[in-house]
Amino acid sequence: MRFRYLLREVMTGLRRNITLTLAVMITVAVSLSLFGSSLLVRAQVQEMKDFWYDKVEVSIFLCGDISDSPTCAGGAISEEEKTQINADLEALKPLVETIYFETQTEALSRFKEQFKNSPLAETATIDQMPESFRVKLSDPTQYAVIAAAFAGRPGIEDVVDQRQALDRLFRALAGLQTLALVIAGVMLLVTALLISNTMRVAAFSRRRETSIMRLVGASNFSIQLPFIMEAAVAALFGTTFATGALVFGKIYLIDQNLATTFTFTTFIGWDAVISVIPWMLLAGLGLAVVAAGLTLQRYLKV
Amino acid sequence: MRPALDDVSVDIEKGEFVFLVGASGSGKSTFLRLVLREEKPTSGNVWVGGKDLTRLSSWKVPTLRRQIGCVFQDFRLLPNRTVAGNVAFALEVIGTAEKEIESIIPNVLELVGLEGKEDRYPNEISGGEQQRVAIARAFVNKPAVLIADEPTGNLDPETSIGIMKLLDRINKIGTTVVMATHDVAIVDQMRKRVIEIDGGKVVRDQSRGVYGMGAS
Ligand SMILES: Nc1ncnc2c1ncn2[C@@H]1O[C@H](COP(=O)(O)OP(=O)(O)OP(=O)(O)O)[C@@H](O)[C@H]1O
Ligand SMILES: [Mg+2]
Repeated sequence: MRFRYLLREVMTGLRRNITLTLAVMITVAVSLSLFGSSLLVRAQVQEMKDFWYDKVEVSIFLCGDISDSPTCAGGAISEEEKTQINADLEALKPLVETIYFETQTEALSRFKEQFKNSPLAETATIDQMPESFRVKLSDPTQYAVIAAAFAGRPGIEDVVDQRQALDRLFRALAGLQTLALVIAGVMLLVTALLISNTMRVAAFSRRRETSIMRLVGASNFSIQLPFIMEAAVAALFGTTFATGALVFGKIYLIDQNLATTFTFTTFIGWDAVISVIPWMLLAGLGLAVVAAGLTLQRYLKV
Repeated sequence: MRPALDDVSVDIEKGEFVFLVGASGSGKSTFLRLVLREEKPTSGNVWVGGKDLTRLSSWKVPTLRRQIGCVFQDFRLLPNRTVAGNVAFALEVIGTAEKEIESIIPNVLELVGLEGKEDRYPNEISGGEQQRVAIARAFVNKPAVLIADEPTGNLDPETSIGIMKLLDRINKIGTTVVMATHDVAIVDQMRKRVIEIDGGKVVRDQSRGVYGMGAS
């Protein structure tokens, strides 16, 4: 009985206020899509960190015949200098975990592999490729130690930390995430205001019922419940749309597009998407219930 | 500014039938609103059913109102609910089981003389019938007290007499009835206790009284 009465009240309420109900659904859907996306971007950054930080190396590029950096003024690096660098690297163990010497031939084939879809691969020649030491650190954050020891040394063209390049990418992604979060926050605020206004209109259009309910002794809770349920149902629909948008994005944007184009990295799986959904539900329903409840405190007094 | 009610001291016993009379603006509705706890007195106490309403916490107000039925001049029915639906409303909002509602409604409608009209909507019945629906709704919880604020104010004399007979019957069942009215004929005919208010003060409290001192 109680349930059927409630259901009927909620459904009439939603229909009576159809335009506002739709507006609430849409703002909830948009703000939660953004909110969910920003959580997914964070998960993606974490995914990439886990994947890449294991693999990053510090590259010490050596001077070749065509190098033009000031440290290469003495021409291509000599065999003795290479041996010395190798010995210095060995001395830095255990920070230096592994040392690998990459020859020009290896560098060329790697270059061709990387740019296999580009005309650059055709025109590259072996003498354009630098020799390098590829160094893997036990603690990748200790890059400065290597840089201090080798950067600027004659015969060394450049010391490049892949991690730094990655960190720039991660920072950009984190910035993107923050931006999405801020916009989502603003949208959620707009949603809260809209829900509050919707409740005010609903309370006004049903003041006859509510005044009669008060007269016959309905509790505050049971007077407010249909209204709060109404906001919650609208928010639930919005959340469902937002979840759908994320699933859609995961399938079409990530799985069918990014993942097939950028094969060098991994992308978030379904577990990440699923773990975001409860937070979206919590945010959507929580916001609706709190905004509705607070408004009704004011407009549905005993 | 003068208070709506000032220095009023009235005792109404269980099972009494009381008329509140007085000119417009004298404070009759305010008196009834105090009993319903729609208003709180700035000073003094209001006791209903052994409880001091001035010290009743607001979450207990609904419980109080379930023990008080009320009827108004403008009926206050829900236009989108049938006669039976309007009466059932009072039971639904306090969570009565559907089975129970179904068994109670026909009895109450019979009591107020609306059998056969349960599926009509308020705009399909007369004012007198609408007031009967309102009375049925007020009475369906078997309240200890029934409050009526000018229940016959919109009705012709004959219909009014019908409503008064109904209220009298409800009173005889054991419900205390407090009714504010301007209806001289009714008050004079019923010969119940009359409390007259003037400018917020009780100027007369007479058992088996009449409307105005010089009226009969
Ligand atoms: N909410 C309010 N705030 C301030 N003053 C009010 C309020 N309600 C009523 N009053 C004043 O209190 C006084 C008593 O009003 P009340 O409604 O009780 O009169 P009444 O006897 O019921 O009149 P009527 O016979 O016309 O219904 C009036 O002077 C009125 O203006
Ligand atoms: Mg009045």
